[in-house]
Amino acid sequence: MKPGIAQIWDWLDQVPDPEIPAISVVDLGIVRGVAWDGDTLEVAVTPTYSGCPATSVISMDIETAMIDRGIEKTRIKTQISPPWTTDWLSDKGRAKLEDYGIAPPRAAGGPARCPRCKSENLDRISQFGSTPCKAQWRCLDCLEPFDYFKCI
Amino acid sequence: MSAYFEFLLRMGDNTLILGHRVSEWCGHTPVIEEDIALANTALDLIGQTQMWLGLAAEVEGKGRTADDLAMLRDAWDFRNVLMVEKPNGDFGQTLMRQFLFDAFHLEMLKGLTTSSEPRVAEIAAKAVKEVLYHVERSGDTVIGLGDGTAESHERMQDALNLMWPYVGEMFASDDVDTEMLSTGIAPDLNQLRIAFDAHVGAVMADATLTIPDSTFAHKGGKSGFQHTEHLGHILTQMQWLQRAYPGASW
Repeated sequence: MKPGIAQIWDWLDQVPDPEIPAISVVDLGIVRGVAWDGDTLEVAVTPTYSGCPATSVISMDIETAMIDRGIEKTRIKTQISPPWTTDWLSDKGRAKLEDYGIAPPRAAGGPARCPRCKSENLDRISQFGSTPCKAQWRCLDCLEPFDYFKCI
Repeated sequence: MSAYFEFLLRMGDNTLILGHRVSEWCGHTPVIEEDIALANTALDLIGQTQMWLGLAAEVEGKGRTADDLAMLRDAWDFRNVLMVEKPNGDFGQTLMRQFLFDAFHLEMLKGLTTSSEPRVAEIAAKAVKEVLYHVERSGDTVIGLGDGTAESHERMQDALNLMWPYVGEMFASDDVDTEMLSTGIAPDLNQLRIAFDAHVGAVMADATLTIPDSTFAHKGGKSGFQHTEHLGHILTQMQWLQRAYPGASW
Protein backbone atom coordinates (compact mmCIF):
# COMPACT_ATOMS: atom_id res chain seq x y z
CA MET A 1 0.00 0.00 0.00
CA LYS A 2 1.27 3.43 -0.91
CA PRO A 3 1.93 5.85 1.99
CA GLY A 4 -0.40 8.86 2.08
CA ILE A 5 0.67 12.32 1.01
CA ALA A 6 0.50 13.71 4.57
CA GLN A 7 2.80 10.93 5.75
CA ILE A 8 5.29 11.76 3.01
CA TRP A 9 5.30 15.47 3.93
CA ASP A 10 6.05 14.37 7.48
CA TRP A 11 8.98 12.26 6.28
CA LEU A 12 10.27 15.08 4.10
CA ASP A 13 10.17 17.34 7.14
CA GLN A 14 12.82 15.04 8.64
CA VAL A 15 15.24 15.54 5.72
CA PRO A 16 17.78 18.17 6.84
CA ASP A 17 19.07 20.92 4.61
CA PRO A 18 22.67 19.89 3.81
CA GLU A 19 24.12 23.37 4.44
CA ILE A 20 21.94 24.29 7.42
CA PRO A 21 21.08 20.93 9.02
CA ALA A 22 19.14 22.63 11.84
CA ILE A 23 16.18 23.03 9.50
CA SER A 24 14.44 20.61 7.15
CA VAL A 25 13.90 20.97 3.43
CA VAL A 26 10.21 21.54 4.23
CA ASP A 27 11.07 24.31 6.71
CA LEU A 28 13.15 25.93 3.99
CA GLY A 29 10.09 26.04 1.75
CA ILE A 30 11.75 24.39 -1.23
CA VAL A 31 9.41 21.38 -1.44
CA ARG A 32 6.61 22.71 -3.62
CA GLY A 33 4.50 19.61 -4.20
CA VAL A 34 4.17 15.89 -3.52
CA ALA A 35 2.08 13.59 -5.73
CA TRP A 36 1.83 9.99 -6.79
CA ASP A 37 2.16 9.21 -10.48
CA GLY A 38 1.33 5.48 -10.59
CA ASP A 39 3.92 3.84 -8.35
CA THR A 40 6.35 6.77 -8.73
CA LEU A 41 6.45 9.49 -6.14
CA GLU A 42 6.91 12.91 -7.68
CA VAL A 43 8.44 15.61 -5.48
CA ALA A 44 8.59 19.15 -6.86
CA VAL A 45 11.63 21.03 -5.55
CA THR A 46 12.56 24.64 -6.22
CA PRO A 47 16.15 25.91 -5.93
CA THR A 48 16.91 28.69 -3.45
CA TYR A 49 19.56 30.44 -5.56
CA SER A 50 19.99 29.28 -9.14
CA GLY A 51 23.63 28.30 -8.64
CA CYS A 52 23.25 26.82 -5.15
CA PRO A 53 25.39 23.65 -5.11
CA ALA A 54 23.22 22.21 -2.33
CA THR A 55 20.34 21.72 -4.79
CA SER A 56 21.61 18.46 -6.27
CA VAL A 57 22.56 17.14 -2.83
CA ILE A 58 19.03 17.93 -1.61
CA SER A 59 17.51 15.95 -4.47
CA MET A 60 19.75 12.99 -3.63
CA ASP A 61 18.93 13.24 0.09
CA ILE A 62 15.20 13.23 -0.64
CA GLU A 63 15.48 10.17 -2.88
CA THR A 64 17.58 8.36 -0.24
CA ALA A 65 15.12 9.24 2.53
CA MET A 66 12.22 7.89 0.48
CA ILE A 67 14.09 4.64 -0.27
CA ASP A 68 14.70 4.26 3.48
CA ARG A 69 10.90 4.49 3.95
CA GLY A 70 10.29 1.80 1.34
CA ILE A 71 9.44 4.05 -1.62
CA GLU A 72 11.56 2.74 -4.46
CA LYS A 73 10.71 5.17 -7.23
CA THR A 74 11.02 8.90 -6.59
CA ARG A 75 11.19 11.50 -9.30
CA ILE A 76 12.47 14.95 -8.39
CA LYS A 77 10.93 17.66 -10.51
CA THR A 78 12.81 20.96 -10.53
CA GLN A 79 10.37 23.82 -10.59
CA ILE A 80 11.64 27.39 -10.89
CA SER A 81 8.31 29.20 -11.01
CA PRO A 82 7.12 30.85 -8.88
CA PRO A 83 10.67 31.63 -7.74
CA TRP A 84 11.64 30.69 -4.20
CA THR A 85 11.23 33.39 -1.61
CA THR A 86 12.31 33.56 2.01
CA ASP A 87 8.62 34.19 2.79
CA TRP A 88 8.23 30.41 2.42
CA LEU A 89 10.43 29.65 5.43
CA SER A 90 8.21 28.09 8.08
CA ASP A 91 7.79 29.71 11.51
CA LYS A 92 9.30 26.56 13.00
CA GLY A 93 12.24 26.93 10.62
CA ARG A 94 12.76 30.58 11.57
CA ALA A 95 12.89 29.75 15.28
CA LYS A 96 15.33 26.88 14.64
CA LEU A 97 17.57 29.12 12.53
CA GLU A 98 17.88 31.62 15.36
CA ASP A 99 18.65 28.86 17.88
CA TYR A 100 21.32 27.62 15.48
CA GLY A 101 22.95 31.09 15.36
CA ILE A 102 21.57 32.36 12.04
CA ALA A 103 19.32 35.41 12.21
CA PRO A 104 16.09 34.68 10.26
CA PRO A 105 15.07 36.89 7.30
CA ARG A 106 12.84 39.89 7.84
CA ALA A 107 11.00 42.12 5.39
CA ALA A 108 12.93 45.08 6.81
CA GLY A 109 16.03 43.67 5.08
CA GLY A 110 18.13 43.04 8.16
CA PRO A 111 18.17 40.97 11.35
CA ALA A 112 15.99 41.96 14.32
CA ARG A 113 18.62 41.03 16.91
CA CYS A 114 21.88 39.20 17.49
CA PRO A 115 21.09 35.47 17.56
CA ARG A 116 23.54 35.04 20.46
CA CYS A 117 23.13 37.93 22.92
CA LYS A 118 19.84 39.34 21.50
CA SER A 119 21.26 42.87 21.24
CA GLU A 120 19.69 45.13 18.62
CA ASN A 121 22.92 47.09 18.17
CA LEU A 122 24.03 45.61 14.84
CA ASP A 123 26.16 46.39 11.83
CA ARG A 124 26.17 44.90 8.33
CA ILE A 125 29.53 43.57 7.14
CA SER A 126 28.52 42.31 3.69
CA GLN A 127 25.42 41.36 1.74
CA PHE A 128 27.23 38.17 0.71
CA GLY A 129 28.08 35.39 3.12
CA SER A 130 29.21 31.80 3.51
CA THR A 131 26.44 30.51 1.22
CA PRO A 132 24.39 32.32 -1.47
CA CYS A 133 21.42 32.66 0.91
CA LYS A 134 23.26 34.46 3.70
CA ALA A 135 24.68 37.89 4.51
CA GLN A 136 27.34 38.70 7.13
CA TRP A 137 26.46 40.90 10.09
CA ARG A 138 28.11 41.63 13.41
CA CYS A 139 26.86 42.46 16.87
CA LEU A 140 28.30 45.66 18.30
CA ASP A 141 27.65 44.54 21.89
CA CYS A 142 28.97 40.98 22.08
CA LEU A 143 31.21 41.73 19.07
CA GLU A 144 30.50 38.36 17.45
CA PRO A 145 29.96 38.12 13.70
CA PHE A 146 26.90 36.14 12.63
CA ASP A 147 25.06 34.97 9.53
CA TYR A 148 21.80 36.58 8.48
CA PHE A 149 19.50 34.65 6.18
CA LYS A 150 18.89 37.33 3.57
CA CYS A 151 15.56 38.04 1.93
CA ILE A 152 15.02 37.13 -1.65
CA MET B 1 20.31 29.20 -36.17
CA SER B 2 16.92 30.60 -35.10
CA ALA B 3 16.79 34.09 -33.63
CA TYR B 4 15.23 32.74 -30.42
CA PHE B 5 18.03 30.20 -29.97
CA GLU B 6 20.61 32.89 -30.64
CA PHE B 7 18.99 35.22 -28.11
CA LEU B 8 19.10 32.49 -25.44
CA LEU B 9 22.79 31.90 -26.23
CA ARG B 10 23.43 35.60 -25.73
CA MET B 11 21.85 35.50 -22.29
CA GLY B 12 23.60 32.28 -21.26
CA ASP B 13 26.99 33.11 -22.76
CA ASN B 14 27.06 36.51 -21.03
CA THR B 15 26.48 34.90 -17.64
CA LEU B 16 28.83 31.98 -18.39
CA ILE B 17 31.81 34.03 -19.49
CA LEU B 18 31.38 36.70 -16.84
CA GLY B 19 30.80 34.01 -14.20
CA HIS B 20 34.04 32.34 -15.23
CA ARG B 21 35.94 35.63 -15.24
CA VAL B 22 34.68 36.58 -11.80
CA SER B 23 35.51 33.13 -10.43
CA GLU B 24 39.16 33.80 -11.32
CA TRP B 25 39.27 36.11 -8.30
CA CYS B 26 38.44 33.32 -5.87
CA GLY B 27 41.17 33.33 -3.23
CA HIS B 28 42.87 36.46 -4.60
CA THR B 29 40.75 39.47 -3.59
CA PRO B 30 42.07 42.21 -1.29
CA VAL B 31 39.71 41.32 1.59
CA ILE B 32 37.79 38.18 2.47
CA GLU B 33 34.32 39.78 2.29
CA GLU B 34 34.99 40.76 -1.31
CA ASP B 35 36.32 37.30 -2.08
CA ILE B 36 33.11 35.78 -0.78
CA ALA B 37 30.94 38.33 -2.58
CA LEU B 38 32.65 37.74 -5.92
CA ALA B 39 32.54 33.96 -5.53
CA ASN B 40 28.81 34.13 -4.75
CA THR B 41 28.19 36.42 -7.71
CA ALA B 42 30.05 34.00 -9.98
CA LEU B 43 27.99 31.13 -8.58
CA ASP B 44 24.71 32.92 -9.28
CA LEU B 45 25.84 33.69 -12.83
CA ILE B 46 26.82 30.08 -13.51
CA GLY B 47 23.48 28.94 -12.07
CA GLN B 48 21.65 31.31 -14.40
CA THR B 49 23.76 29.96 -17.26
CA GLN B 50 22.40 26.46 -16.61
CA MET B 51 18.86 27.77 -17.02
CA TRP B 52 19.51 29.84 -20.15
CA LEU B 53 21.69 27.31 -21.95
CA GLY B 54 19.40 24.48 -20.81
CA LEU B 55 16.48 26.21 -22.50
CA ALA B 56 18.64 27.08 -25.53
CA ALA B 57 19.54 23.41 -25.96
CA GLU B 58 15.86 22.41 -25.79
CA VAL B 59 14.87 25.08 -28.29
CA GLU B 60 17.62 23.99 -30.67
CA GLY B 61 16.26 20.44 -30.52
CA LYS B 62 19.41 18.65 -31.60
CA GLY B 63 19.88 16.65 -28.43
CA ARG B 64 22.56 18.92 -27.00
CA THR B 65 22.60 19.85 -23.31
CA ALA B 66 23.58 23.00 -21.41
CA ASP B 67 26.92 21.33 -20.67
CA ASP B 68 27.49 20.59 -24.36
CA LEU B 69 26.84 24.21 -25.26
CA ALA B 70 29.12 25.52 -22.52
CA MET B 71 31.99 23.09 -22.86
CA LEU B 72 32.05 21.96 -26.49
CA ARG B 73 31.54 25.08 -28.59
CA ASP B 74 34.49 27.01 -29.94
CA ALA B 75 34.96 30.78 -29.72
CA TRP B 76 33.11 31.73 -32.93
CA ASP B 77 29.91 30.06 -31.70
CA PHE B 78 29.77 32.12 -28.51
CA ARG B 79 27.33 35.04 -28.43
CA ASN B 80 28.39 37.01 -25.33
CA VAL B 81 29.12 40.72 -25.48
CA LEU B 82 32.79 41.70 -25.62
CA MET B 83 32.74 43.41 -22.22
CA VAL B 84 32.47 40.16 -20.26
CA GLU B 85 35.59 38.78 -21.97
CA LYS B 86 37.76 41.64 -20.77
CA PRO B 87 40.49 40.45 -18.42
CA ASN B 88 39.91 41.22 -14.75
CA GLY B 89 42.67 43.83 -14.56
CA ASP B 90 42.83 45.34 -11.10
CA PHE B 91 40.02 45.12 -8.59
CA GLY B 92 38.61 48.45 -9.75
CA GLN B 93 38.34 47.28 -13.36
CA THR B 94 36.61 44.09 -12.25
CA LEU B 95 34.06 46.01 -10.22
CA MET B 96 33.51 48.65 -12.91
CA ARG B 97 32.87 45.93 -15.51
CA GLN B 98 30.58 44.19 -13.02
CA PHE B 99 28.55 47.32 -12.31
CA LEU B 100 28.12 48.25 -15.98
CA PHE B 101 27.06 44.69 -16.81
CA ASP B 102 24.81 44.39 -13.73
CA ALA B 103 23.04 47.66 -14.60
CA PHE B 104 22.32 46.32 -18.11
CA HIS B 105 21.47 42.84 -16.81
CA LEU B 106 18.98 44.19 -14.28
CA GLU B 107 17.02 46.17 -16.90
CA MET B 108 17.11 43.27 -19.37
CA LEU B 109 15.83 40.76 -16.79
CA LYS B 110 13.12 43.13 -15.58
CA GLY B 111 11.96 43.43 -19.18
CA LEU B 112 12.08 39.67 -19.69
CA THR B 113 9.80 38.96 -16.71
CA THR B 114 6.89 39.91 -19.00
CA SER B 115 8.22 37.93 -21.98
CA SER B 116 5.69 36.31 -24.32
CA GLU B 117 7.64 33.07 -23.77
CA PRO B 118 6.64 31.77 -20.31
CA ARG B 119 9.90 29.84 -19.87
CA VAL B 120 11.92 33.00 -20.47
CA ALA B 121 9.74 34.94 -18.03
CA GLU B 122 10.23 32.23 -15.38
CA ILE B 123 14.02 32.25 -15.66
CA ALA B 124 14.09 36.05 -15.61
CA ALA B 125 11.88 36.20 -12.50
CA LYS B 126 14.30 33.87 -10.73
CA ALA B 127 17.48 35.59 -11.91
CA VAL B 128 16.37 39.19 -11.32
CA LYS B 129 16.20 38.59 -7.56
CA GLU B 130 19.85 37.58 -7.52
CA VAL B 131 20.94 40.40 -9.81
CA LEU B 132 19.36 42.99 -7.51
CA TYR B 133 21.94 41.96 -4.91
CA HIS B 134 24.75 42.01 -7.48
CA VAL B 135 24.02 45.54 -8.66
CA GLU B 136 23.53 46.88 -5.16
CA ARG B 137 27.00 45.69 -4.20
CA SER B 138 28.82 46.58 -7.42
CA GLY B 139 27.23 50.05 -7.42
CA ASP B 140 28.15 50.66 -3.77
CA THR B 141 31.72 49.53 -4.43
CA VAL B 142 32.07 51.77 -7.49
CA ILE B 143 30.89 54.70 -5.35
CA GLY B 144 33.16 53.75 -2.44
CA LEU B 145 36.26 53.47 -4.62
CA GLY B 146 35.43 56.34 -6.97
CA ASP B 147 34.76 58.72 -4.09
CA GLY B 148 37.64 57.26 -2.10
CA THR B 149 41.33 58.07 -2.04
CA ALA B 150 43.12 59.92 -4.83
CA GLU B 151 44.56 56.63 -6.05
CA SER B 152 41.30 54.66 -5.94
CA HIS B 153 39.52 57.54 -7.70
CA GLU B 154 42.11 57.61 -10.47
CA ARG B 155 41.97 53.85 -10.93
CA MET B 156 38.17 53.88 -11.11
CA GLN B 157 38.19 56.69 -13.67
CA ASP B 158 40.73 54.67 -15.71
CA ALA B 159 38.48 51.63 -15.38
CA LEU B 160 35.45 53.59 -16.58
CA ASN B 161 37.41 54.99 -19.54
CA LEU B 162 38.56 51.46 -20.38
CA MET B 163 35.11 49.81 -20.12
CA TRP B 164 32.91 52.55 -21.57
CA PRO B 165 33.56 51.65 -25.26
CA TYR B 166 32.13 48.20 -24.45
CA VAL B 167 28.79 49.52 -23.17
CA GLY B 168 27.31 50.32 -26.58
CA GLU B 169 27.28 46.73 -27.82
CA MET B 170 24.85 45.65 -25.09
CA PHE B 171 22.23 48.04 -26.48
CA ALA B 172 23.02 47.89 -30.20
CA SER B 173 19.99 46.29 -31.81
CA ASP B 174 20.44 43.83 -34.69
CA ASP B 175 18.17 41.40 -36.57
CA VAL B 176 17.98 39.02 -33.61
CA ASP B 177 16.95 41.80 -31.25
CA THR B 178 14.41 43.15 -33.73
CA GLU B 179 12.77 39.75 -34.04
CA MET B 180 12.78 39.23 -30.27
CA LEU B 181 11.09 42.61 -29.83
CA SER B 182 8.46 42.02 -32.53
CA THR B 183 7.56 38.60 -31.08
CA GLY B 184 7.36 40.02 -27.57
CA ILE B 185 10.08 37.69 -26.28
CA ALA B 186 12.51 40.43 -25.25
CA PRO B 187 12.21 44.14 -24.42
CA ASP B 188 13.21 47.13 -26.53
CA LEU B 189 16.95 47.79 -26.10
CA ASN B 190 16.40 51.52 -26.64
CA GLN B 191 14.09 51.61 -23.63
CA LEU B 192 16.61 49.65 -21.57
CA ARG B 193 19.29 52.16 -22.47
CA ILE B 194 17.24 55.02 -21.04
CA ALA B 195 16.88 53.25 -17.68
CA PHE B 196 20.55 52.19 -17.79
CA ASP B 197 21.77 55.73 -18.43
CA ALA B 198 19.72 57.10 -15.54
CA HIS B 199 21.00 54.44 -13.14
CA VAL B 200 24.65 54.59 -14.25
CA GLY B 201 24.60 58.39 -14.39
CA ALA B 202 23.42 58.60 -10.78
CA VAL B 203 26.02 56.12 -9.52
CA MET B 204 28.87 57.80 -11.41
CA ALA B 205 27.84 61.18 -10.05
CA ASP B 206 27.96 59.79 -6.49
CA ALA B 207 31.29 58.16 -7.33
CA THR B 208 32.64 61.54 -8.59
CA LEU B 209 33.53 59.85 -11.88
CA THR B 210 33.11 61.32 -15.35
CA ILE B 211 31.44 59.28 -18.08
CA PRO B 212 33.50 59.61 -21.29
CA ASP B 213 31.94 61.84 -23.91
CA SER B 214 31.98 59.19 -26.65
CA THR B 215 29.46 56.83 -28.17
CA PHE B 216 32.08 54.66 -29.88
CA ALA B 217 31.29 50.99 -29.31
CA HIS B 218 33.38 47.90 -29.93
CA LYS B 219 31.13 45.26 -31.47
CA GLY B 220 31.26 41.68 -32.70
CA GLY B 221 30.67 39.64 -29.54
CA LYS B 222 26.93 39.10 -29.51
CA SER B 223 26.89 38.47 -33.26
CA GLY B 224 29.88 36.12 -32.95
CA PHE B 225 31.52 38.02 -35.81
CA GLN B 226 34.64 39.11 -33.97
CA HIS B 227 35.35 38.21 -30.37
CA THR B 228 38.39 39.64 -28.60
CA GLU B 229 41.51 37.49 -28.40
CA HIS B 230 40.69 36.91 -24.73
CA LEU B 231 37.74 34.57 -25.34
CA GLY B 232 39.86 31.77 -26.77
CA HIS B 233 42.14 31.93 -23.75
CA ILE B 234 39.16 31.69 -21.38
CA LEU B 235 37.90 28.63 -23.25
CA THR B 236 41.25 26.84 -23.10
CA GLN B 237 40.98 26.95 -19.34
CA MET B 238 37.22 26.52 -18.92
CA GLN B 239 36.84 23.70 -21.43
CA TRP B 240 40.16 21.97 -20.78
CA LEU B 241 38.77 18.98 -18.93
CA GLN B 242 36.08 18.11 -21.48
CA ARG B 243 38.55 18.59 -24.32
CA ALA B 244 41.28 16.48 -22.70
CA TYR B 245 38.91 13.79 -21.41
CA PRO B 246 35.81 13.83 -23.65
CA GLY B 247 32.66 12.76 -21.83
CA ALA B 248 34.30 12.75 -18.40
CA SER B 249 31.74 12.93 -15.60
CA TRP B 250 31.69 12.51 -11.83
